[in-house]
Amino acid sequence: MESEPIILALCCHYCAYAAADMAGSMRLQYPSSVRVLRFPCTGKIEVNYVLSAFERGIDGIMVAGCLEGGCHYLEGNLRARRRIERAQQFLDEIGLGAGRLEMFNLSSAEGPRFAEIATEMHERIVKLGPSPLRRERAAVMAGVEKIAQESLAALAGETK
Amino acid sequence: MHKKAMVVGAGVAGIQAALDLAEMGVETYLVEAGPAIGGRMAQLDKTFPTNDCAMCILSPKLVEAGSHPGIHILSLSEVLSVQGAPPRLHVTILKRPRYVDESKCTGCGLCMAKCPTKVSDPYNKGLSTTKAIRIPFPQAVPALPVMDAKSCLFHLKGKCGVCKRVCPAGAIDFGQKEETIELEVGSLILACGTKEFDARLKGEYGYGIFPNVITSIEFERILSASGPTGGHVQRPSDQAVPKKIAILQCVGSRDASVGNEHCSAVCCMQASKDAIIASEHVPGLQSTIFYMDVRAYGKGFDRFVDRAQQQHGARFLCGRIASVESDPRTNDLKIQYIAQDGSVHSEMFDMLVLSVGLQSSESARETARRVGVKLDASGFIAIEATAPVDTSRAGVFVCGSVSGPKDIPESVMEASGAASAAAAVIGECEVREMHVEYPKEKDLRGESPRIGVFVCRCGINIASTVDVSGVVEYAATLPRVRHAQEMLFACAQDSQKTIRAAMEKHNLNRVVVAACTPRTHEPLFQKTLQKAGINPYMFEFANIREHCAWVHQQEPAKATQKAKDLVRGAVTKVLLAEPLYKKSLGVNKNALVIGGGLAGMTAALDLANQGFQTYLLEKTGQLGGNLRHVQTTLDGHETAGKLAELVEKVNGHPKITVCLQAKIRDIAGYVGNFKTTLDEPAMEIEHGVVVIAAGGSEYEPTEYLFGQDDRVVTQRHLEELLHAGDKVALAKLRTVAMIQCVGSRDEKHNYCSRVCCTTAIKNAIRLKELSPRTNVYVLYRDIRTYGLKERYYRRAREKGVFFVRFDPDTKPAVQSEGDGLTVRVHDAILGATLELRPDLLVLSAGIVSNPDNKTLSQFLKVPLEADGFFLEAHVKLRPVDFATDGVFVCGLSHYPKDISETIAQARAAAGRAATVLTKSSLEGEGKVACIRDGRCSGCGACVSVCAYRAIELDPKLRVAVVNEALCKGCGACAATCRACAIDLGGFRNEQMLSALGAL
Repeated sequence: MESEPIILALCCHYCAYAAADMAGSMRLQYPSSVRVLRFPCTGKIEVNYVLSAFERGIDGIMVAGCLEGGCHYLEGNLRARRRIERAQQFLDEIGLGAGRLEMFNLSSAEGPRFAEIATEMHERIVKLGPSPLRRERAAVMAGVEKIAQESLAALAGETK
Repeated sequence: MHKKAMVVGAGVAGIQAALDLAEMGVETYLVEAGPAIGGRMAQLDKTFPTNDCAMCILSPKLVEAGSHPGIHILSLSEVLSVQGAPPRLHVTILKRPRYVDESKCTGCGLCMAKCPTKVSDPYNKGLSTTKAIRIPFPQAVPALPVMDAKSCLFHLKGKCGVCKRVCPAGAIDFGQKEETIELEVGSLILACGTKEFDARLKGEYGYGIFPNVITSIEFERILSASGPTGGHVQRPSDQAVPKKIAILQCVGSRDASVGNEHCSAVCCMQASKDAIIASEHVPGLQSTIFYMDVRAYGKGFDRFVDRAQQQHGARFLCGRIASVESDPRTNDLKIQYIAQDGSVHSEMFDMLVLSVGLQSSESARETARRVGVKLDASGFIAIEATAPVDTSRAGVFVCGSVSGPKDIPESVMEASGAASAAAAVIGECEVREMHVEYPKEKDLRGESPRIGVFVCRCGINIASTVDVSGVVEYAATLPRVRHAQEMLFACAQDSQKTIRAAMEKHNLNRVVVAACTPRTHEPLFQKTLQKAGINPYMFEFANIREHCAWVHQQEPAKATQKAKDLVRGAVTKVLLAEPLYKKSLGVNKNALVIGGGLAGMTAALDLANQGFQTYLLEKTGQLGGNLRHVQTTLDGHETAGKLAELVEKVNGHPKITVCLQAKIRDIAGYVGNFKTTLDEPAMEIEHGVVVIAAGGSEYEPTEYLFGQDDRVVTQRHLEELLHAGDKVALAKLRTVAMIQCVGSRDEKHNYCSRVCCTTAIKNAIRLKELSPRTNVYVLYRDIRTYGLKERYYRRAREKGVFFVRFDPDTKPAVQSEGDGLTVRVHDAILGATLELRPDLLVLSAGIVSNPDNKTLSQFLKVPLEADGFFLEAHVKLRPVDFATDGVFVCGLSHYPKDISETIAQARAAAGRAATVLTKSSLEGEGKVACIRDGRCSGCGACVSVCAYRAIELDPKLRVAVVNEALCKGCGACAATCRACAIDLGGFRNEQMLSALGAL
């Protein structure tokens, strides 16, 4: 189990998430390392999110938005691309390597393309090997409670 | 009675009409003959000229129509009869059996998976197979299977019945019978569409005989990622990737021999798009489009055709295919064609795509007969140029291609226009409040999170791959999870009761459902939370079907692990959820219409007739705009009477205030709450919506001696002469020459002005009627008499008008020689230079945008495109809206268009505006941006990235303020804020970061 990478697919609701749904309804098979997290728009994804995920031992991240010019919110995917390019520079600087992060554009009808890029990303990450920041899976799970506690505490602090 | 209406036909036009009606508070029945809504657009791959994926833009509308509380979809249904008069029309509907109980079926698709009978798949035009019981396509609404009794073994032989045995919901019902339904509605809209021409009737092209000859709609399916080849361009005979394809235009269009004299209006652009998309799939692909005229008459169309030629290697060849032969060994096609100069050529192609036309369908004609509305000579529902959404029967309206072939945006415009008209007819009836009452929400402040996790087996869809019990056991161990259980179908009605019971028993205040996709099922579970008195945003979905069980079918252990991970992610996210509320906003019920031409007056009248106080601003001293210069419609009706009638109605309407010589100083505010200040007449107007109808004008030519020689005039001048001039003198003219595309389709104005071809033809016919001996020459590049206008092109040729085609690089040369004019033109068809000596030279001057548009666009913060026309929110599906809510556009402000299209669009703008004005308050999204004042430095970065103008800086406090009713929840501002001062509800940083860490 430990040799399996964990890859996050940060998807926009309107296109990439729908394409992932379609890959499902077409029963297209891709590696189980890829986990989808839904955002309203890739324009919501901050550099910080990506870096923090890597910090917590994620092996690879694919950000997937609408086709360029086809963003449901007009320009979110274009801004996302610029942020991802910036994050890639950081990854190179800290020695993790830009290759662990990639931005894709696809339409909601491109189920096959979703499966294709998921597979492509998986193969790339397998080749790169586990992230040097990868922790034991058990530690991640134990961390959930801690993160939750911390965040709840932070939240309580905010509202006070 | 309350307001009710019916829409017959659920393609894109019918869906739009139903959505608009429902948004105006009219309860609407959407009647569809097929098992799912969506029509032809659901089968298209991309849409021109933006190459948006058709399903991407349509599918949200399908879901919205399917879940709108004001819309009842009656699938597999047709109208039998309509009795009575508006607002009391009595309709009888015949509903055919689905053999699936709609109230029990969960759409799990198990029946389809297990059905042993393969049949050809109509969605993919028979290019692939499906099952005798099937969900028509993945995004189908309703997402229910339908049984094809003609191929089902149980229906044919009484054997099989596998679907009934495997259905976990007990939804299969072989005994279902046809039923009739009686309904009373106030008005009715017909939107039954067209059918494609049967290419077999043009036997010479070999369709149905040669495997590599296909139709354009089959090609769309081949290009589509969801099509039979998964988006790989392959030819049918050997699945080889074609390198060279031919596309033949006008198959079953502009062809009297098959009874279709009309132009199908969409095929030229469809072919250009298909050439572009195919070349994107197969780099280096050569496509040749055999055409008669390139009819790129819409916004951005000419530039799109240029792109196909220049960047995608599409060869546009003016000529016709004479014969097609297929090599029996290779199935390659030998195509013989006649070029425009008459020469005969022969060329090999891998594949031939026939651009099949659109024609009236038998079922639409039958429906028209049953409803009692008149058809025109081509079998389309008859309309008049000045009443494009009215039929011959009162209370029955029409939209979309059933009244003549047309593109998606025109269909959508007419749909909104028809909805406006249909709502006005039942204006007296009361609006039904469509709110559902929920129990009072529990106050969760101070309560610690108590999470319930419900894991769905989805029959065996999830359970056959994922160890569901294992996931439930794991979920129970996660922090703050107080209850975890599995369900056979989480979405079933009785499961909602189970979830509510568990919520009460365990005092749960947050819920995770691990099942299918939130895109279709989130609203259902959110309602369940609301019924249990919990805020609907205390909910999270884990998609363990589409994103797990179905895509890792070969790896059950890994899939189970991933399902656990996804549940953990959802639990982590919901842990930090907080209650969210939709903000509402009051609506001022007044409307402001800018521009007193045909578009503005039509929109103002529609709005006033629906009971809204309307202010109509006109910058000149009189109403009428460009219509004052148009004398007749194409179908020969005088416009002066219509204009006078319209002006009288507008001036006499108690709900319309006309401001002439109006001068706008400023427009401030937002949807529901605008304030406009006028310099002239000095006044302030408060209003809820704005309709821009500021018009355009005729281009003033600088070419062809215009302004230097009295014998050179524009079409508008000729039209005035034909109307009020000396008819005897006109009849004496020996030769009249007309030059097309003056100030259109050139470097400065790279767009088609859309109306000049028909205007030239209209005036040419009038000249011929005055004196058949007058020689009339029309010098043109492409004759763009799209749709039903093609009849008049034919009539002009029958009357002896000469049409001379010239190439854009050899434009006609005009000289004043001696006492006469000389026009020299190189005839591209004859291949010779003609010399004409006309008594009158008429320039078909194009339409240019109004220079005032710039100021208006700044006032209203809405965009213009390169040619100075307003740029709508979406060129296909939102043709009168802007991204900024509450502002609408119609008429020449949007793009050149004829009288009929202007009226349709003006009524559409009024209809769309009415969807705002009919509401007592506007409800925003729940997941919106929220500013933490303490952190905000007032830098304004968020203001500049917000596409919806929902953020402003408070001038006193120097902090950003979100107008929650305008915010669409995209999160652009939150991601842009340098101080992390903006949170997006439902996607707060804490939530996203912990979910990212937990996955």
